[in-house]
Amino acid sequence: MGDFPTQRLNITAAELAVEAERLLSTGMRPALVAAHQDPDVFRIVYLFVGRESARRTELCVNVQKSVPTVPSIASVSFPIGRFEREMRDLYGVVPAGHPLPHRLVRHGHWPTGWYPMRRDLEVPPPFAESGESYPFATISGNGVYEIPVGPIHAGLIEPGHFRFTVVGETILRMKARLWFLHKGIERLFEGRTPSQGVELAERISGDTAVGHGWAYAAAVEDALGIAVPSNVGLLRLVLLELERLHNHVSDLGMLCNDVGYGVINTQALAIKERLLRLNETVTGHRLLRGAIAPGITTVRQLPSVAEIEEIGADIAELASIALGNAGVLDRFTGTAILDRAAGLDVGVLGYVARASGIFEDARNSHPLWDVAGVDPEWFRLSDDFATGDVLARFRVRVQECAGSVAAIVGLLPVVSEVAETGWHGVGAGADTGSAGGSASGIGMIEGWRGAITHRVEIGADGLLSRVKIVDPSFFNWPALPLALADTIVPDFPLVNKSFNLSYAGNDL
Amino acid sequence: MTVFGVVTALLQVVLVAAVGPILVGVLRQLRARVEGRVGAGILQPWRDLIKLLRREPISAAGTSWVLILAPVVLMGTSLAVAVLVPYVSTRSATANSSDLFAVVALLLVGTVVLTLAGLDTGTAFGGMGASREITIAALVEPAVLLAVFALSLPAGSTNLAVIVARRVSDQAQLASPVSLLVVVALTIVTLAEAGRLPVDNPATHLELTMIHEAMVLEYSGRDLALVEWASSIRLVILLGLTANLFLPWGVATQAGALALLVGVVAFLAKLLLFGAVLGIGEVFIAKFRLFRVPELLAGAVVLGFLAVMAAFFLVQGSG
Repeated sequence: MGDFPTQRLNITAAELAVEAERLLSTGMRPALVAAHQDPDVFRIVYLFVGRESARRTELCVNVQKSVPTVPSIASVSFPIGRFEREMRDLYGVVPAGHPLPHRLVRHGHWPTGWYPMRRDLEVPPPFAESGESYPFATISGNGVYEIPVGPIHAGLIEPGHFRFTVVGETILRMKARLWFLHKGIERLFEGRTPSQGVELAERISGDTAVGHGWAYAAAVEDALGIAVPSNVGLLRLVLLELERLHNHVSDLGMLCNDVGYGVINTQALAIKERLLRLNETVTGHRLLRGAIAPGITTVRQLPSVAEIEEIGADIAELASIALGNAGVLDRFTGTAILDRAAGLDVGVLGYVARASGIFEDARNSHPLWDVAGVDPEWFRLSDDFATGDVLARFRVRVQECAGSVAAIVGLLPVVSEVAETGWHGVGAGADTGSAGGSASGIGMIEGWRGAITHRVEIGADGLLSRVKIVDPSFFNWPALPLALADTIVPDFPLVNKSFNLSYAGNDL
Repeated sequence: MTVFGVVTALLQVVLVAAVGPILVGVLRQLRARVEGRVGAGILQPWRDLIKLLRREPISAAGTSWVLILAPVVLMGTSLAVAVLVPYVSTRSATANSSDLFAVVALLLVGTVVLTLAGLDTGTAFGGMGASREITIAALVEPAVLLAVFALSLPAGSTNLAVIVARRVSDQAQLASPVSLLVVVALTIVTLAEAGRLPVDNPATHLELTMIHEAMVLEYSGRDLALVEWASSIRLVILLGLTANLFLPWGVATQAGALALLVGVVAFLAKLLLFGAVLGIGEVFIAKFRLFRVPELLAGAVVLGFLAVMAAFFLVQGSG
């Protein structure tokens, strides 16, 4: 299962725009752009995946190291334009003709001319305040003023700087300047054995241990040709849905808390705590770490059907109480609408996309299990609420909770046998290289925020030579300012929470 | 000026100042229990205040004397109102000065001084909070004036001590349409002025949604303690005023130690009752969108206006 053949095309830089446009026109979306430093060239891989089918196509362009320039195709695809900026900041490969050439990942105090992913320098040059400030667009006019917020916030949340341009209370423009969390995590993977990569993958974004862990494991399994039995895929799916549940419940409560309806939050936290304790019995870790590795899946104990059903009923009751409150409903309805066309342009994923009527789900299009083993109803949403506002994002997640509960309940009897023994695939944990020298693989998982994509390359020595990670947050962040048009400042925290994007997963 | 009057006036100040943080504690504790949390106990606000009072205040660079003076003025005006309004007795030494307009003006001075302090910090949040606070104050003040003015018509005086004494003696007034309209208007006003739900969320940490808290973000140490303390006193002032106008029983209209004791106990009981209704009620409502708040306050003004009209016709009718 899940061994989707990846089509690999080596093309020249001149063919790039035409090829990309051709792939996009056949119902594919860009999944990632990854640069690689080969001995004398930069090899740039553009990965496209089918929106509704399991197709995967890689375009590979070689760029001379002496003149690291690649034609920008930002005008063909907005998300690719962001990947190009990321690549420029990390590798120094310049996208020629980019319409918005500002720095993206690069922090102001990085040494000039230093590209952290390049292997030329073992020790980076000294860091210093460059005095270079980010070129925020300024809007002037009668009564227009700016509110800078962050990067340090009053609550216990991740760092991000938001620059609001406001008239009265109405937001004219919001610019999110994130990128305070660069950890060099992609670089940390390099030189590790595939099994040593698991601990990193599970910590890319702490709330998405299963999503990232599985995407990484699937990419390694794809590269090394390790066949994963369908029931193992389904066991992993149970873990993925458990992760979706505790994150969704937590956010449903937080959304109510942000409109001052704290009682729902208190109850949601209680359900979340119950789920976290349940998780601990399942994998030995409250955030479900330690169950999935390349070629391996083990759990300690599966939850009982009755307990999951009870939790599902509690969540449904909580959601109906929340939406039964006129004040809450009023605050959610019509707030920060992301329309479908804008969502498609930006390339949003996950529940943000589904709330705007873009029903893409890697669980349906890229399943890593025998589809006969799952009920399509689990991952199907009714489309009568996809209004693109905070209410729609709330209701999508309520529905997804119900779907997750149904999926876990339906899968528990199926996976009980494999859960008993665990699964150790052929060659698991041996960390031997693939038979034919270096190899690459792709893993794509519908995590709770949306589709997570990992692409790994393993050298002939069996060590990881490059891991490219994409969290759905990377795609979704630019949609937040779009949704904020005509929203008022005091609604921003609510809107931000309704997107609930990862800062750590975005800034690797 | 009698000894009783002086004792009463002093007692009122001490009582209101001491009870303020406890009332906030009661509200938080009730909310916690209704939500299913343990809660920090009703004395937690006092513990916080004592901690803060021991700490040195830090002024942000570029701020002026306005920032330092504002907490003192806020506290001063709040305590002055605590003396003036007849909470435990209508025979206090300051009873003759407890004019309705003076009380409203004193409250407004406190509000304005705090918005000036918010502007003085020069931060976006301070300015934002000040702008929101003054928008709300502009709508709250006419509602308060109209509401209490409606009550002053039957009493023939704008002196609060006279109004309350009159309501104690003539309890038929309590259930009149005027009275009911005024209670609703004053309740809305209290919610807005004290920064409670659905107008402002006192528990939030989200700077962008704050009204009152946004103005005082730059305060620390003793200054923050004064601001917090004064805010809790204002809550007692407003809640106590509403309580005494609607349920005037127990307020001492005669001199004497026993009357005073009854007055104190009755005041605390009424405060607890109104506080409990507020605290539990808050659990079940969400915060309004900021642009909905003026609609709510406009409603309070309209109710106040209707109360004045009703009072006028009722006075005409009976006279």
